[in-house]
Amino acid sequence: MSGESIWQKEISGEDIKKLFRFLFGAVKNVITSLYTRLYDYGSELISRYGSKMAVSFFLIPSLGFITIFYFLPFILTFLIGLTSMDFTFQWSWVGIQNYIRILNDSFAPKILGNTFFYVFTTLSFFNVGMALVVSLITNHIPDEVGSAIRGIWLLPRITPSTVYALLWLWAARREGNALINWFLGVLGIPPVDWMLNHPWVIVILVNGFVGTSFGMIVFTAALKSIPEDYYRAARVDGASTWEIIRYIEIPMIKWPLLFVTAYQTLSLLTSFEYILILTDGGPGLYTTEVWSLYSYHVAFKSYGGTVEIGYGAALATVLVLIGIVLSIIYWRVFKFKEMMLEPKIEV
Amino acid sequence: MKSLGEKIGIGIVVAILTIPVLILYIYLFLISVSEDIVGIFPTGFTIDNWLEVLDGEIPVAGATFYKYPNIYQVALNTFFLAVMIALLEVVLSSLAGYSLSRFKFRGRSQLLTTILILHAFPGITLLIALFFILVQVGLYNTLIGVILVKVALELPLGIWIMKGFFDGISWDMEMSALVDGCSRLGAWWRVIMPNVRNGLMAVLIFGFLSGWAEFIYAQTFIAEQSFWTFSMLVYAFTIGEYSYIKPGITAAIALLYMLPVILFFLFAQKYLLRIQLIGKGGA
Repeated sequence: MSGESIWQKEISGEDIKKLFRFLFGAVKNVITSLYTRLYDYGSELISRYGSKMAVSFFLIPSLGFITIFYFLPFILTFLIGLTSMDFTFQWSWVGIQNYIRILNDSFAPKILGNTFFYVFTTLSFFNVGMALVVSLITNHIPDEVGSAIRGIWLLPRITPSTVYALLWLWAARREGNALINWFLGVLGIPPVDWMLNHPWVIVILVNGFVGTSFGMIVFTAALKSIPEDYYRAARVDGASTWEIIRYIEIPMIKWPLLFVTAYQTLSLLTSFEYILILTDGGPGLYTTEVWSLYSYHVAFKSYGGTVEIGYGAALATVLVLIGIVLSIIYWRVFKFKEMMLEPKIEV
Repeated sequence: MKSLGEKIGIGIVVAILTIPVLILYIYLFLISVSEDIVGIFPTGFTIDNWLEVLDGEIPVAGATFYKYPNIYQVALNTFFLAVMIALLEVVLSSLAGYSLSRFKFRGRSQLLTTILILHAFPGITLLIALFFILVQVGLYNTLIGVILVKVALELPLGIWIMKGFFDGISWDMEMSALVDGCSRLGAWWRVIMPNVRNGLMAVLIFGFLSGWAEFIYAQTFIAEQSFWTFSMLVYAFTIGEYSYIKPGITAAIALLYMLPVILFFLFAQKYLLRIQLIGKGGA
């Protein structure tokens, strides 16, 4: 094996430090020179075309990106949804045929049911439920321990999705010596083929463990901002920890609770990454297929040699519309506008 | 002073809350260094899996012609993707964030509204149209295509973070620079940018990690093995028979893939938390 050559040379701590210094130095140099170029170019533009140019110089690159990769796709998704486009990318218009097909699709009711089940269960047990439990508990134990626990709950989110799904697939293997079944075996329960018989359990656990961290952080921030006086007054009146949670903390974080529920509903409705890796909609026919995954399958996976990009886009249009409506509702309900104060001075 | 009973109680709570998360990672590590594993008890220590992975070429069991791409090629692709996404994001969002924070111009509040709404909007629903665009402009099956899409979809978040940081810097500082004869651009570059280093770091780290972990867009927009990233390699091992035949190899690759994530997790948690707070929900 030629790989042994790596181990023949002793690598010292000094070497590693040198390597890191080199890497950081390189990245820093690239960034600095990039900005310097930008700066020179911008100065020249502004000196030539006046200060009006400054705003454009700062804004236009981002606007270009957002136009090409946000606004154009919005329109295209809708337009492609009105065609029977396949992998030849021909615009063959069919009007609203695709939408009539959705209504008559014999799998649609099942997939819709799956979607609601998946969103509701994951949201209530984990994205809100578990998040609330973790943030309340960590708020009542010493803070160093609490923040360490919250840090650990961040891990599933920052772990690459393929690795995280792999961890669970292994833990849930059907053999008796795989992690979950082994634990059950210790308790005297016979091994279960999780992915075959109870795929939803794993799908919800995986998504739930990832989803918990968002609510956890939002709730913790809200809990930390409850004035200390409230706690003191309650304790003077002889309130137990449970009563403090029930009558002070939960009522005080009603607003964040609503925010997390709303925000995560949209995320869960449209995300299908983990389901794709874990079950790919199976086992069997559409057992764990959700709407967004169905759209992906129809558009990209060929069944019998055809991909139906047009029909997939029509299915996606439904999600895009829901996404737009919900995003606008959040913006209104959660007073995002307060974050948009005008700049104080203008030169 | 806490009583012993309280300490034990806290210990139990900590165990219940962290073991379900941590045990999976420990399991992964154990699989990569053991010959076989029963529950959480490995039988037989070995570093062969690691040696085979670090060798670069991963043989395919039972196949003569089919082979997986070299692991170092995959690492390079992933690194290129992640670094490019991070750099583009930080440059674009620091420009746009500054202009939204400091300039008054027509359409500013509408633009801010749009960016906020886009930030809440799940970009993944646009996947089919993005695929169509990339095919039309000839960027399908290139890393550049994935990079551009990813940067665009994360830009609203980046702009929003940077705007927040720029808002936090007092006007007096910038005013005095302008009074001293600095141009607007000069003030941005010499006075403001050095003061938002934390924001730049946050966007940079977030961009890098999200690029490093990217799966769906890479999987959908890339066809050729020579452009594979780690996520696609791990996925191929996950759904294939290979994970069953040699789990140790798959585990070693997965851990190698996780290395930067673990480093950032250990050393840059404050940035991560900050991003998560304002960042997107994900699943």
